[in-house]
Amino acid sequence: MFDGLTGRLGDIFDRLRRRGALSEEDVGAALREVRVALLEADVALPVVKSFINGVKEKAVGQEVLRSITPGQMVIKIVHDHLVEMLGAESEGINLNAEAPVPVLMLGLQGSGKTTSTAKIARLLKTREKKKVLMASLDTRRPAAQEQLRILGEQVDVATLPIVAGEDPVTIAQRAMRVGRLEGYDVVLLDTAGRLAIDEELMDEVVRIRDVTHPVESLLVVDAMTGQDAVTVATNFNDKVGVTGIVMTRIDGDARGGAALSMRQITGRPIKLLGTGEKIDALEAFHPDRIAGRILGM
Amino acid sequence: FTKRKLDDETLEELEELLIQADLGPAMAARVTGDLAKSRFGKEISPDEVKRFLADEIAKVLAPVARPLVLDGSHKPHVVLVVGVNGTGKTTTIGKYARELRDAGKVVWLAAGDTFRAAAVSQLQIWGERTGAPVVAKETGADAAGLAYEALEKARAAGADVLLIDTAGRLQNKQGLMEELRKIVRVIKKVDPTAPHTTLLTLDATTGQNAHSQVEVFKEMVSVNGLILTKLDGSARGGVLVSLAQKFGLPVHAIGVGEGIDDLRPFDAQSFAASLVGLDEGR
Ligand SMILES: Nc1nc2c(ncn2[C@@H]2O[C@H](COP(=O)(O)OP(=O)(O)OP(=O)(O)O)[C@@H](O)[C@H]2O)c(=O)[nH]1
Ligand SMILES: Nc1nc2c(ncn2[C@@H]2O[C@H](COP(=O)(O)OP(=O)(O)OP(=O)(O)O)[C@@H](O)[C@H]2O)c(=O)[nH]1
Ligand SMILES: [K+]
Ligand SMILES: [Mg+2]
Ligand SMILES: [Mg+2]
Repeated sequence: MFDGLTGRLGDIFDRLRRRGALSEEDVGAALREVRVALLEADVALPVVKSFINGVKEKAVGQEVLRSITPGQMVIKIVHDHLVEMLGAESEGINLNAEAPVPVLMLGLQGSGKTTSTAKIARLLKTREKKKVLMASLDTRRPAAQEQLRILGEQVDVATLPIVAGEDPVTIAQRAMRVGRLEGYDVVLLDTAGRLAIDEELMDEVVRIRDVTHPVESLLVVDAMTGQDAVTVATNFNDKVGVTGIVMTRIDGDARGGAALSMRQITGRPIKLLGTGEKIDALEAFHPDRIAGRILGM
Repeated sequence: FTKRKLDDETLEELEELLIQADLGPAMAARVTGDLAKSRFGKEISPDEVKRFLADEIAKVLAPVARPLVLDGSHKPHVVLVVGVNGTGKTTTIGKYARELRDAGKVVWLAAGDTFRAAAVSQLQIWGERTGAPVVAKETGADAAGLAYEALEKARAAGADVLLIDTAGRLQNKQGLMEELRKIVRVIKKVDPTAPHTTLLTLDATTGQNAHSQVEVFKEMVSVNGLILTKLDGSARGGVLVSLAQKFGLPVHAIGVGEGIDDLRPFDAQSFAASLVGLDEGR
């Protein structure tokens, strides 16, 4: 099970083999390899540092269990710490509020917001028997509103009728009004992609938040994200306030270190995983699976 | 700019700077190692240090900084645009169409993404913006058949360039990669020398997975040019350095926004400067 990291730690294992308890020096040598493994998996550098410190504290002085080698002991500590840092098993979408419950979808360009909006709508409709309305506030990307409308038809979920020339804040207000008047349980608000450093567009999404008071603000991030995860997580969380993470393209072969970065920097749970382009490709988050993936095991 | 001795602490800081620009731990260690070899213990200002690093990186990148050159003997020159989902294929086509038309070329577009909802409409809007005819079918149609038809039409119309959009796909999905190969095979039935350029779009936000993307797309459909998109964001796209080293594929252009004019030539020196935090010219 621990192949990837085990290989990397091979030599160090041999040196560690005959010791009774893990010394600071042994642990230090092993953790240098762990650091490289995490960076190669795209965990953000500040997160790698605090992770390594946490592991060090736990590992130094640990008695090595008789049944395993010291190297395996270090890996077990690393793995368990990673699972702990990734947070609990999936918490569902929070709908504990007066209907219609607004859910805001946020993220960088192309991260998978529109597709995830339709996937979540389908989930809430089929599993929770909710009456869902989707609205596209994306007036920028060519055919973005049409994209959501077509996805709505595919999952048989209503979409807010498109009014040409309307601005995103006005569309959001109209969506909530229609949601109230027509008795919807949930209103999913799909926003245009925006850079975390684009002040004008970040201000726009703050205005959208302020007129809709979302119960969930889900940050949609790509599993392939590199070190930029720091800026994305920090800016979206500080400016808009994130309540949960949706990680897409987990069906790819990326190691997915951004999951740990996002979780650590926002302090918010990873709620759902996008596992494909199809509209039913949405899964619950399991920390142990993602931990194994990050460590290459 | 106070000078100080180049010591381990400074080197570690520099290595971390490079890691945070997505160079990857190995490349970051290599570049700072080179610096240590030539300057360790010597008096050097922070700016000189960054200059040195930028120059080293620019040396790696200079050979791949080559604009897309159309071969006038092909009518049309066929450009197939491929890549992972959401990396900027369709938008890049729109930007290229504008650039090429400004250069006086007759440009045609093919809506080869017959999968994603509204992908066809998205390209059609880019066609309207740039005045380039778009060959399209309904969503769900066979992408290879569409590409075939588009090439025949563009050729009959005497087009200089045909830009073919494709659906986004992850490189580890064998079935989808096979479909891409089928598009290439079918294009060759019309013109055995086509596609003349196969462009892979890479998102600057992507970390080390870009290696796997380039490797597999190159192997499967002979990618011979790269575009790095979304460089207007906070991501620096440093993975490009090891990509240049390993694959040597030309980087034809960079994307710096969602607008029609947001395509720029790739400049090794200014890209390298921005990677190390020397912000000049960008
Ligand atoms: N393989 C895979 N593809 C996905 C997943 N989620 C979304 N996609 C694809 O990623 C691409 C972009 O998805 P969109 O939903 O349009 O992304 P977006 O964030 O709304 O994009 P913008 O509105 O332009 O910012 C599309 O090709 C989707 O089919 C996923 O979990 N796996
Ligand atoms: N900021 C910024 N956004 C970009 C850039 N290039 C593309 N985008 C945006 O990224 C998102 C995805 O771009 P598309 O061109 O639709 O990407 P694609 O690769 O065709 O996506 P699929 O067809 O779904 O795989 C859109 O919102 C674009 O506006 C760029 O250089 N900078
Ligand atoms: K950038
Ligand atoms: Mg969208
Ligand atoms: Mg596209």
